[in-house]
Amino acid sequence: MAQALLEALNLEVHYGGISAVKGISFVVEQGEMVCLIGANGAGKTSTLKALARMLPCRGEIHYGAERIDALPSHALISRGLALVPEGRGVFARLSVAENLAMGAYHRTSDRAGTADIGKDMDRIYGLLPRLAERREQLAGTLSGGEQQMLAIGRALMGRPKLLLLDEPSMGLAPIVVQKVFEVIRSVAADGVTILLVEQNARLALETCARGYVMESGKITLADSAAALLADPRVRAAYLGE
Amino acid sequence: MDIFLQQIVNGLTLGSIYALVALGYTMVYGILGLINFAHGEVVMVGAMVALMVMKALAASGLPAPIIFLIALFAAAIACMALGFTIERIAYRPLRNAPRLAPLITAIGVSIVLQQMAMIIWGRSYHSVPQLLPSENHEFFGAQITELQVIILIVAALTMAGLMLLVNRTRLGRAMRATAENPAIAGLMGVDANRIIAMTFLIGSALGALAGVLVSANYGIAHHHMGFILGLKAFTAAVLGGIGNLGGAMVGGVLLGLIEALGAGYIGDLTGGILGSHYQDVFAFFVLIVVLVFRPSGLMGEKVSERA
Ligand SMILES: Nc1ncnc2c1ncn2[C@@H]1O[C@H](COP(=O)(O)OP(=O)(O)OP(=O)(O)O)[C@@H](O)[C@H]1O
Ligand SMILES: [Mg+2]
Repeated sequence: MAQALLEALNLEVHYGGISAVKGISFVVEQGEMVCLIGANGAGKTSTLKALARMLPCRGEIHYGAERIDALPSHALISRGLALVPEGRGVFARLSVAENLAMGAYHRTSDRAGTADIGKDMDRIYGLLPRLAERREQLAGTLSGGEQQMLAIGRALMGRPKLLLLDEPSMGLAPIVVQKVFEVIRSVAADGVTILLVEQNARLALETCARGYVMESGKITLADSAAALLADPRVRAAYLGE
Repeated sequence: MDIFLQQIVNGLTLGSIYALVALGYTMVYGILGLINFAHGEVVMVGAMVALMVMKALAASGLPAPIIFLIALFAAAIACMALGFTIERIAYRPLRNAPRLAPLITAIGVSIVLQQMAMIIWGRSYHSVPQLLPSENHEFFGAQITELQVIILIVAALTMAGLMLLVNRTRLGRAMRATAENPAIAGLMGVDANRIIAMTFLIGSALGALAGVLVSANYGIAHHHMGFILGLKAFTAAVLGGIGNLGGAMVGGVLLGLIEALGAGYIGDLTGGILGSHYQDVFAFFVLIVVLVFRPSGLMGEKVSERA
């Protein structure tokens, strides 16, 4: 029986008077690939930001054996929780190599951690060869697809146990989306647990084992990906049928 | 005597000091978007603390350069403590407040420090003992003192060290990442509060050095010296492109040169109506021209962020 790696209980996010996430609960088990789908403004990004402690929230967030809802954002990566943010968030004025080095920032606080960072960087360059050719280039000059690859590569440099991904397909051509998802699948195959937020519901459900559907700040459906793909409500609202 | 070359020498000396102070403004601006108007006062405190230590050690029998180094060290410690405290109690609580709030606070801190300095050290001008070699040398028709050479070398080495720190170390990378996007840097495990505190510590140490050098150069220190020096260094930072380290250095040196050359020739240019004591006019003229015609400064362009 798999163990819950991440569990949210009655999670709420408010922006002033607007409530964006209205008390949702969900679990992500160790080694799983789970997706959270929903239309624009459903509250997906707010949920991920709350999980990554970038926003104040109410409710409980359990990660492993710990409650993390009172921790600051910068304390998460050393616990193995990484977020690839919406819009990539690469450091435009840092080079590709420096962006990757930032991903390993928390591992370099002691000399012991520094040793195998070079190896990890080579592994990332092997996984994402386009970055290897551009390691000295400023990240701001990369194409959107390359920036997405860099954002994922940077998160992997932190050796995450749980990777939160916010719309990695956003604004990318279909062929690039395919590549990005290939990378995500290979990361999952390496044992990293993944919570994927996507508007591209079909792709997300075909990639993940389970899914949650979010609508105006609430989770309205939760099921296996296959069941959701077959659900007439999902087909009508999110698969354009 | 060659006035032109002489003023170049004077301008470079003065400019390298402006550059050191301008770096403090630009580093804080780069990371917080805040113009730390209290920075000039930190420089003043550096000069005054160093002076106190020099006086206290005057009869100690230590060699003059050693006394100078001890005074410099004490000034650096005092300024770092002061800069750290200012950030902690005045700016941090306003981190998410509208931009005007920290700006007004900065001006308030500046006034408080100036008044406190007046209470502690009095209103008078203090003469600063000459502890470093200051012999004059003939240099292609211009006079250059050993002190000026020392100032130029120390400032250049310090700035080279800062560039190495910012561009080549883990801390420097984290500082640049935080300046660009603190929330994302946080996801990488960077504690923005620590990076901001480090920025204030480094900027204040540079300010202490500048304060000690400028008071040695003029042989004088007083409680309001930070105001005009700070304003000029701020001008230098804006001239170079505020937020840009290289810009602060270039802006500082350029401003020093403009001022020195302006002071050297203003008498001739105005037929003797205005004398070299109008030197300060140039800095503010430069500030206005830059703000009107090129607010982003000489090196203020940023790499555009693509979606
Ligand atoms: N900074 C903010 N201030 C005020 N309201 C916000 C803020 N950010 C988000 N919201 C609101 O919260 C709601 C949820 O936004 P969120 O970004 O979480 O949606 P999303 O599901 O990620 O949408 P998308 O698919 O378009 O990215 C929206 O109604 C939005 O207007
Ligand atoms: Mg979103």
